[in-house]
Amino acid sequence: MTPLTLVHLYPAEMNIYGDTGNVLVLRRRLQWRGLGVDVVPVAVGDPIPAHADVILGGGGQDAAQGDIGLDFASRGAQLRAMADDGVVMLAICGSYQLLGREFLTKDGVRIAGTAVLDVTTTGSDTRLIGNHLVDTDFGRLAGYENHSGLTELGPGVSPLGKTVIGRGNNGKDGREGAMRDNVFGTYLHGPVLAKSPLFADELLRRAYARRGDGVELEPLDDALAHRAAAVAAGRPR
Amino acid sequence: MDVLAIWLGKLIGTALRRLGRRGNALPGLVVERIFPQFLPSVLGRLEQGVVIVSGTNGKTTTTKMLAAVLAQRYRVLTNDTGSNFVRGAITATCEHADWRGRLAADVAVFELDEAHAVRFVEVVKPQRVLLLNVMRDQLDRFGEIDTTAQLLRTVAAAADTAVVLNADDPRVTAIAAQVSAPVTYFGVAPDLRADFPTDEELYASPANAPVGNRPVLGAELLRMNLGETSDIDLRIAGTTESIALRAGGAHNAQNAAGAAAMALTYGLSAQTVAAGLRAVEPAFGRGQTFTVEDRRLVLHLVKNPAGFRQTLRTLTAYQPAAVVIAINDDYADGRDVSWLWDVQFREPLADVRAGHSWLLTSGTRAADMALRLRYDEIDTDAIETDLRAGVLRAVRHIPIGQTVIVLSTYTAMWALHAILLDIGAPVQAAMEPAPAQDADVAITMRQAAQLRSDGALAEPGDRT
Repeated sequence: MTPLTLVHLYPAEMNIYGDTGNVLVLRRRLQWRGLGVDVVPVAVGDPIPAHADVILGGGGQDAAQGDIGLDFASRGAQLRAMADDGVVMLAICGSYQLLGREFLTKDGVRIAGTAVLDVTTTGSDTRLIGNHLVDTDFGRLAGYENHSGLTELGPGVSPLGKTVIGRGNNGKDGREGAMRDNVFGTYLHGPVLAKSPLFADELLRRAYARRGDGVELEPLDDALAHRAAAVAAGRPR
Repeated sequence: MDVLAIWLGKLIGTALRRLGRRGNALPGLVVERIFPQFLPSVLGRLEQGVVIVSGTNGKTTTTKMLAAVLAQRYRVLTNDTGSNFVRGAITATCEHADWRGRLAADVAVFELDEAHAVRFVEVVKPQRVLLLNVMRDQLDRFGEIDTTAQLLRTVAAAADTAVVLNADDPRVTAIAAQVSAPVTYFGVAPDLRADFPTDEELYASPANAPVGNRPVLGAELLRMNLGETSDIDLRIAGTTESIALRAGGAHNAQNAAGAAAMALTYGLSAQTVAAGLRAVEPAFGRGQTFTVEDRRLVLHLVKNPAGFRQTLRTLTAYQPAAVVIAINDDYADGRDVSWLWDVQFREPLADVRAGHSWLLTSGTRAADMALRLRYDEIDTDAIETDLRAGVLRAVRHIPIGQTVIVLSTYTAMWALHAILLDIGAPVQAAMEPAPAQDADVAITMRQAAQLRSDGALAEPGDRT
């Protein structure tokens, strides 16, 4: 069986809050099950391999987003096609915003996104920051948000979940993240998959299902992750 | 007027000590509110003025080094308890002034964190500024590394006599363009460069590492032989000095170069600078040693990925029988613990574990730390959230005479310091001895919380 291909977008720039940990979590969970994985870093100008099974993108400094934004947007057609085909994607913060239709900065500049997710983000002067607890179909996700972009959802997506503690997409509608097909965008740092083994395995399950490999993921001993998640869920905002 | 301010500061300090509370910023808080001109007025009379040491990592140790070097010639005022904000500077000033309001000092060396340094220079114009580095750190405060660099730019621009910059950190060298005072540099020799990665280099491929011409260096680290203490060769102006540094680790060898380059701007000779560096003891929480139940315990602060990485690299030199990693997530530690995932533990800890070290995680986020390690294929032997219980467990697990290394975030370190004084004893002086100072100035987390609610720890841009 061919290894799972895990594409890591802009690892040198979109890595600001430990989000590269999501790549490590998936890699290890596959390795511990004896399953092969191939991590492919994609920098500005690099091609995204057509056989990608999972695409991960993290958050970055606002400046980096500006540099990265053009390159990301130029991949819109390919990413939309892949998303429609069921490729699994997890995009955090800045990557989440760039998977959307556009980002309108505080100064009124429109940064085009990839329109993979039917969301738009507006820059603001407020920073939504603190411990972040979100109820989703994949369990209660415990993480940390840190963003000044406010994201609104269009009809083409569902929210990832409801905020229990924290502000979420825009601080107004009580919703966090966005998803459609196998694409997930979220503001949760943590990294989000570390304390959410259910969600991590869900991404892997969907990737294998799309390939029709019939892979059954053995359960792993995730007591430590659950313990850490319980502690995190009890921390003040 | 200054006399009144000093009396007020001293009275509050005395009252606090009588009450058993040692919030070392509270006297400053009160004085600052009542006598806003106090600090510039008193410090403005110092013959050699004020030097600010700032940057992400190394401030405390570098400040201690610079203070030790300048003390070879001058009477030095410094905020050596690591209370690195404006009110801490006021408190230090109050405590060092006599009851007649006179400051028996020629020069002030203040460690200030980036945000507080900006506030400080609005009130007191420093003559000199030493900038060490810009790394990602506590990003939930500032939001971005570039913001941090901008803060440091503001601080450096305020100096009128001398600015000393780290030639090996591009974000720091870029600041030279906005500085009006004469700029000099410190750095490490090209063949040591790989041991001192910038923030970019830690995360990007070497191909992305910036290249450029280096300016002439006032002080340069030529060679280092690392251990618990390090033997280094430092080129200071035209002379090469061999120095046995009692602050271990590569980063402290680099910090010594920074302190040396700044000391040169006062006209001190290379020999005097070297003598001062030889005299430095480890700063609070930076390799302080304790004995606990006949075992040896060494306490190291870890604050951010770069600092953690540097500290991990020094571990093997200790050959520890046990390692304790204590992670809190209080305000001063960084509320967001995802920074742990920007530290690579696998190799440095595997080395240590291969020597059969026992590993325990502690602090509020002990489980997160153990989880992090699990994903780097390092097994934690025990998780003990309570710091006192965790330290005792590690100590009692190992044979008498062996060493426990404790790596700890900021608030856990303060708590541990008090705990260690209770269950053990320091091997070296905990604090740089200073006139009329209590050695014990540990702030418990409760007191830190009180200071925070008093507004003493408020940051620019904080929302309540």
